[in-house]
Amino acid sequence: MILQQCANGIFLGAVYALFAIGYTLVFGVLDILNLAHAAIFMAAAFIALWLAGTGVTLPLAILAAIAFAGLLGVLLDRVAFAPLRRRNAGTLVPLISSIGAAIIIQGVFRGLFGPDERAFPAGALAARQFHLGTLTVGALDLVILATALGLMLGLSYVLRSTALGRNIRAVADDRVAAALLGIDLERTIALTFFIASALGGAAGILIGLQYNSVSTDMGGRIELKGLAIIVLGGMGSVTGAVIGAFILGLVETLAVAWVGSSYRDAIAFGVMFVLLVVRPSGLLGKRALRAA
Amino acid sequence: MLQFFAQHSKLIDEIGINALLALSLSLSLRAGSLALAQAAFMGLAAYVGSIGAVRFGWNLLEATLAGALAAAAVAAILALPIGRLRGVFLAIATIGFGEIARIAEINAPITGGAEGFSNIPNDAGTVAIYAALVATGIALGLFGRSKSALALAATREDESAARGVGIDVAAVRLRTLVAGAIVAGVAGVLYAHANFFITPGDFGFPRMEQILVSCVIGGVTSSLGAVLGATLMTVLPEAVRFLHDYREVSTGAILLGFILFAPGGIAGLWQRRA
Repeated sequence: MILQQCANGIFLGAVYALFAIGYTLVFGVLDILNLAHAAIFMAAAFIALWLAGTGVTLPLAILAAIAFAGLLGVLLDRVAFAPLRRRNAGTLVPLISSIGAAIIIQGVFRGLFGPDERAFPAGALAARQFHLGTLTVGALDLVILATALGLMLGLSYVLRSTALGRNIRAVADDRVAAALLGIDLERTIALTFFIASALGGAAGILIGLQYNSVSTDMGGRIELKGLAIIVLGGMGSVTGAVIGAFILGLVETLAVAWVGSSYRDAIAFGVMFVLLVVRPSGLLGKRALRAA
Repeated sequence: MLQFFAQHSKLIDEIGINALLALSLSLSLRAGSLALAQAAFMGLAAYVGSIGAVRFGWNLLEATLAGALAAAAVAAILALPIGRLRGVFLAIATIGFGEIARIAEINAPITGGAEGFSNIPNDAGTVAIYAALVATGIALGLFGRSKSALALAATREDESAARGVGIDVAAVRLRTLVAGAIVAGVAGVLYAHANFFITPGDFGFPRMEQILVSCVIGGVTSSLGAVLGATLMTVLPEAVRFLHDYREVSTGAILLGFILFAPGGIAGLWQRRA
């Protein structure tokens, strides 16, 4: 029983991690909280669903939807954040403009697809299950876990070992110094948004597959949990977000077994609140961030 | 005229309540702190006022007083842990507090849970709502002429400088949070009694976003702006019904438009011309 809950927690944590990485990456690079991240998460799930419905094979639909999410992120930056950057509007105004962008994206998708829940077309998902002793694992869960881990490893490689990754880290560290060293800020920021939103979109698609349900308010359910995760991991820390996500995934599934499901969601926010007050830099945050 | 009011009385009541909520948040914003707990204060007071009215037969005035008092007490306690947080971190912590409050409302044994709490006496009419709005407006108007309003503005513009001239920044923040909670609490009780049915979902993050959007569109440092912003945000969804499911797009577009092209909000437009 406990083993099964742990396995479920890991599957949940992997998707949480994909979502939270995008959140924390944008915060690390720009110091802004992008509340439209959850809207892109939802948008990508709908695009994958729509493509799968038109007969495109599932892997191709997923790839196309991930690319769509990345491009939507770049557009989001151009429209809602770049003008404010030029005006030096601080960190709170972009937070509000991201809410505006989120409302627009949500509105467009509600208009296109309606307010109801949708399921992937029959036959698109493998329903096979594996039994390992007492443990039951769906083939789909394994595919989701592998995809999530693969994307995370890919990101880790990009951030550590490529010129782009070096630029992103430099801009996150000190934007002015990075610009002085000749790094193209706008290009680096645009690529950061592409990566962050593509990962957020991938999370949306995978969650949509996992529950076989896609709806316009699916973003609202993960948006604030994502916040809790990046606070737990340390705002701006990618590794922290991954660790935070797996902790939350495990704690949530185990909490259902031990304390019942009613206060499950309160755990994330309770931890987040206490951490912000006691240790705002989170598990792995390096900077003292009280006065950001 | 009378017919117009009769037809739209529900919308008119809603405008009054949303205006109160926007005024409540504008207090915190004026002190420069993005404390996003208004929806939680509103919900808390709504539940206290409604449970009191149903279980103990409180009238509207008693329910409003009790609800506002409860919201104020919770705000005063909340001010302690969040006192040192600023900026985005304050916003996140207060959003977290709001979620905890919402989950507590779902699970507490006396709230009726996620299905909601019903049979609340339907005794908060347009007169009561607008009396509360006018009273709040007058109080804020008087406050605007006082020294404390300057302390608030100083805290917003430059906290260290404000400290330097002897302003007790922590006390300013505490008072604005508590005062804002009282106004949000009044709005919450009125909301509950005007709708005679509430659910925890009425007081979640979407509500908080709506209040914030009203404030930003109105102009964050102006009471009149907050009221106008709330009015626009309440009427707009009704005015664009012809857009059907695309309705929300107009709200987002107006918010984004103001932030990008008129950062001072409605009040800013009007002040620029004056």
